[in-house]
Formats: sequence, structure tokens, C-alpha cells
Amino acid sequence: MAISRRKFLSCIGAAALTTTTNGLSKAYGASNKHFKGHPDSFGILHDITKCIGCRKCEAACNKVNELTQPEKSFEDLSILDQKRRTDANIYTVVNKFKHDTRAPVFVKKQCNHCMEPACASACFVKALNKTKTGAVIYDESLCVGCRYCMIACPFEIPAYEYHKALTPRITKCTMCYPRLLEGKLPGCVEACPKEALIFGERDKLLKAAWQRIYRYPDQYLEHIYGEHEMGGTSWLYLSKHPFSKIGMREDLGKKSAPELTTGPLSAVPIVVGLWPVLLTGVYAISKRKDKITKEEKEKAVAQTTALAKEDTEKKLEALREKMTREKTSAINFEVKKALEEAEKTDAADKTDDKAPEESGKEEN
Amino acid sequence: MALDKPVFIKPKLTLFNIIIGIILVMGLILTILRFTKGIGAVTNLDNNNPWGIWIGFDLLCGVALAAGGYVTSASCYIFGLKRYHSAVRPAILTAFLGYALVVLALHYDLGRPLRLPYPIFYSQGTSSLLFEVGLCVFLYLTVLFVEFTPAAFEWLGLKKIRAIVVKLILLLTIFGVILSTLHQSSLGALFMIVPSKLHPLWYSGYLPIYFFISSMFAGMSMVIFEGSLAHRYLENEMDATHKKEASGVAFGFAKAASLIMMGYCATKLIGLAVDNNWHFLGTSWGLWFMFEVVGFVAFPAVLFAMGSREKNLTMVRFAAIWTILGIILNRLNISIVAFNYHLPAADRYFPSLSEIGTSVFIVTLGIVAYRFITTRMPILHEHPDYKAH
Repeated sequence: MAISRRKFLSCIGAAALTTTTNGLSKAYGASNKHFKGHPDSFGILHDITKCIGCRKCEAACNKVNELTQPEKSFEDLSILDQKRRTDANIYTVVNKFKHDTRAPVFVKKQCNHCMEPACASACFVKALNKTKTGAVIYDESLCVGCRYCMIACPFEIPAYEYHKALTPRITKCTMCYPRLLEGKLPGCVEACPKEALIFGERDKLLKAAWQRIYRYPDQYLEHIYGEHEMGGTSWLYLSKHPFSKIGMREDLGKKSAPELTTGPLSAVPIVVGLWPVLLTGVYAISKRKDKITKEEKEKAVAQTTALAKEDTEKKLEALREKMTREKTSAINFEVKKALEEAEKTDAADKTDDKAPEESGKEEN
Repeated sequence: MALDKPVFIKPKLTLFNIIIGIILVMGLILTILRFTKGIGAVTNLDNNNPWGIWIGFDLLCGVALAAGGYVTSASCYIFGLKRYHSAVRPAILTAFLGYALVVLALHYDLGRPLRLPYPIFYSQGTSSLLFEVGLCVFLYLTVLFVEFTPAAFEWLGLKKIRAIVVKLILLLTIFGVILSTLHQSSLGALFMIVPSKLHPLWYSGYLPIYFFISSMFAGMSMVIFEGSLAHRYLENEMDATHKKEASGVAFGFAKAASLIMMGYCATKLIGLAVDNNWHFLGTSWGLWFMFEVVGFVAFPAVLFAMGSREKNLTMVRFAAIWTILGIILNRLNISIVAFNYHLPAADRYFPSLSEIGTSVFIVTLGIVAYRFITTRMPILHEHPDYKAH
């Protein structure tokens, strides 16, 4: 009985666990709210077809953010032959992609300022935030330096000051947030000589981008990178060539980073609510099982003792009866014997005629 | 009340102690380098690979292998399996040391270690799974510390405080299981945010479940493994009860671990089916995946089953070591090997010697602390004044 009770309980546990895990993927579906980004937030449209790879944006970025000067000047375009990524001192890079035999394609890379940033949702001290302007900014006074934001970022943007021993920071493009607050354009946008970078409200940029696609269908792919990628980004890209061929991943999906983690996060209240009740129950059951076992044991012992006692008494009784019987029969036998004896002496007395009463007394 | 054993025992110049001494000196040098030259000077970490073995091994493996604490105390105090009682104290001690070392190792990896209390006390980023990990590890370390104190109180002869703590044991155990469930699973869930960086064979919606289930048999294997080490090197610290119960603990945990590992393999299959990842099995990544799941989970599970059935202690101990290696392989696969699988070989990470040296140093600290405590406090034996609590 006791075992089946425990089995039953573990089945309940397993069932609860499976329902919670099945429920995980649906947890966010229960809410009808969908975050579409802050209204009127800004964005930047990068028309890749217009970029000539002059690195003026890189130079401007370096200047306005007061970053250390690189060894080779920004005029040197030979560096474009390497594939580069952002670094602690480089918030933006332009990469060159050779496509067939035609002219090379240049793509600017920097923080895309996601609508629902993976880095901000991953940060366990809220050091990264999406502001109402659209810029994702970093607060170095909170950062612990765990680098989970770098793990989380699907675009591989945040960089780290690995060589600072005591006060390393995360670094990344800020969309020139301080300049935005002053009413200025981001450094790179201001420096671009070919209007390959356009700053504006994201909604309007999206419309303008679609207009370009409709107007010049042979110049653009029918895809605005950043409209839906990872839940949408503030930076938007237009290109003629497939994005996956110019260093931009097309397999990121439309789910924003927070959507990817709501499942496990929603399991927390379930565990916290379920476990104490279940475990206390298991404890109570195991306790009770012990108690019952003990009681049953005691009962069994008592019963056995009682039975044994009864048995012994019965045996004793039988023995006593037997003994009494034997004794009685022995007495009877003796009496009988005596009587016979007496009769014999009587008969002898009659023949010998000498003091019959005396001898009879002795016999008794 | 006099102390059970003295605090200072004069160290003997054995080969073991010499090796430990060398490792400790090396660790101190690496520590100085790390905190004067920065993480970049001692590690191979870079912007594409922000987490190396200090996270993959020290944190992920450390936490998984310290699961013996909650597994053993839950079996003894909640499920009422009293024959595991003598295994509880060593398991709690290892878990406590394990978590303490995880936190110590974090100080090397974090850019600003002095801000470690920030996520809990200053600026809570509740949307982050790392916040959940941090909070639970912090609370669980506290729970383990309290669970460990009765041994220290007995050693110091503080009867009254000990009596209070002993009354809290059930509560602490339940709290420990809740916290362990949460942070063991959320260590896996940390990687739920990177479907684009972790290879599909390892990325799964079941990651938190995999981490939690595997932590159970990781903990059991560690209890068996430590038991065998303690029997070899610390046998004179053990009392008759401990010795008598030890093989029973090993066989009991072996049987339980083999069942859980079979279940784990089944959920791995379900994970493959849910995401329809069968076609990856034919690739070289698939081979590596099968190597991990079949070679280091299914195989030791069978060994555990056979060992516990035939009461073959050697086989059980071998299976425990094999399982522990499997757990390390799994955690490293997820955090390092299959992470950033899309990057070209030149951009991939391999730990530097100083990183490995630091990890070895931290493990060694654990061994030294374990030996220090077990040779002084009533861990492997019961204190004569406090029999059967």
C-alpha cells in the first residue's frame, strides 16, 4: 500500500512538471499585448546600394565618441579587405563584400538598436536600456562586467575592454544619444557624403524604404532588414544582394529576445508555488508511512505475544487436565487396589480369625 | 567544552602536499596577474567569445557537480530514506564548498567583481535569467552554509545554537530543493536567448529541463565518487556507521542515477523530435552529439544499473567517474564547443594555459578546504555527544 501511495505522488509530480513545461511556450501567448516600440522613436536607414566605402562614417564616429585614434588613418582603405567587427575602440566598421565580378558592396556595421534588445533583456543590473529616442544606451556605473549582453546579442556588437584590469566597460554604438538630446544628427549620418545613411522617425523611414523598393524594383530586394529581425531594429537596411551574402544573418527569426526567455522565466512562480506544497506532502507521507509501519509492527508484536500467551495457557491447561486426570486415575487405581487388598485380607481374616479391624485400619 | 580536534595540525611533507603547494603558488601568481593586467592578459577571451572555461567549467560544471547537496538531503530528510543519513554531511560540505568556489571563480571572470552584490541589492535586472541564477545561487549558498553549521557547532561545542539549526533542517532542505530547481534549470535557460549562436542539436526549449535533470545524476555521481576518494584517503576519519552505510548509499544512488539517466536520454530524444533535428545526426556535429549522449549518458547508465544489480562497487564507482566526465563534456559543449559554431575556425575560442591554471587552482582550493574540514569536524563520523539527531 505504502509503495503505491508514493508512486502515485511521484506520478503527480511528473504530471505537474510536464504540464508546466508544455505550458511554457504558451505563457506569453496569454497576453494580447505586443510591444511595437516607443512611438516616434528614431531610426537610421542604411541604403547599402549607395555606400561607397569611404570610411567617413568611421572617422566621424571615432571623433564624436572621443575614441583612441587607430594606427592607420581612416583615409587608408586597404583595411576594407579584412573582415572586421566592432571592438572596444571601434563602434562601427564598414566591410567590403565582393559579389560576382561586379563592383564590391560596402556594408556598415554597428549596434542595430533593437526594438526589444537582447542585451538589455539579458543584463542582470539594468545597465543597458532602450530609450524613448530609440537609442540603446549603456550605464557603466551599474555594469558588473559579466558579458552576458555580448553572449546574448545576435548581431555580435557589444565589445569589452579586456585589457583594463579594474574598470573595464562594455562599449557599443549609442546612436549618438548625447547628440540626439542636443538636437544633432548621429556622427556617422552627418558625415555620410552619399546619403547612404538617413536619420528619421523609424515609422517614416520604413515607409520611405518600401517606396524605394516599389519605385526601383530591380535595384532592391523586397526585404527591409531590421523591419522584423529579432522583433525589429531601429536600424533598417536596403540591399540589392541577399543579406546573407553580405555578412548579415537571415536566420535570426522574428522573435524578440525577451520572447525567447519568457518560457523559462514563467516557470519560476510555478516551481516556487508547487515545490513547497509537493515536498511537504512527500515528507508528510514518508513520515506517516514510517508511523504506520511502526504501528503495524507494534500491533503484530502484540498479536504474536497474545497468541503465544494463549497458546501456552492452553497447553498448560491441557497439561494440568492431563495431570489431574492421571492423578485421579492413579488415586482411583490405588483405592481400587486398596479395596481389593482389603477384601483379600477380609477373606484371610475370616479364615485365620485374628484381629481383622486392626489390619484394615493400617491399610487405609 | 573542548574542541573535537585542534585547528592547527602540522602539515606533513608528502608528495601530495608538495604538488598542492606548487599549484597554490601558481594560482597566487595568476591571481596577481589577473587583477593587475586584466582579463585580456590571462585569457583567450575576445569579443566573439566572451565566456570561456571560467564560466563553462568553473560555473556551469561547478554548480552541476555540487548538486549532491540537495539530492542527498532531499532523499534523507524529505523522502525519508534514512539509510543515506551518513552521506548527508559530506554531500552538504561538498555542495557548500562547490558553490563557494563558484562564487570565488566568478570574481576572476567578472570585470568588476566588487559589484557582485549589485544585481541583488542595488539594481535588479529581473528580465534576465542571469538575475535568477544570481539570486538563487546567493540564497542557496546561504542555505548550504546554515545546513553545514551544525558540524562546525559540534566541533566548537556550541550546543544551543546547534539545537536551533537542527530544528530548521526540513525547512532548509525544502528551500534548498526549490532554489536548486530554479538555478540549475536557469543555467541552461541562459542559452535560450541565443538560438542563432548555439548549434541546434544543443539548443532546445528543453534546455532548462536538461540542466535540472542532469544535475540530479551529476550530484549522485559526485556523492559516489567522493565517497570512494574519502574511503581511500580519509578512512581513519570515518566511524562504523559511515563505513557500514557507504556501499548502500553507492548502490542506492547508482540505481536511482541509472533510472534518471535513462529518462534523460528519453527527453533528449523528445527534444530531437520536437525540433525535428534528426537530419543533423548525420553530420559531424551529430556524431559529437551522439558521442556525448550515448557514450557519456546511456553507457554509464547501463553500468550503474549492472553495478547496482550485481553489487559491484568498482563498476559503480567507474560509472560515477564516467558520468561526471559526461556532465563536464555536456556543459562545455553548450558553453564553448557548440557555442559560436557558425564562426570560422580562426574566430573560435580555446582556453589559454593561465585560464586552465586558474581553474585547477580553484579546484585545488576546494580539495584543501575539504580535507581541512573533514580532518577536524564531525563530517565523516558522528560526534560522540550528538548521536542520532
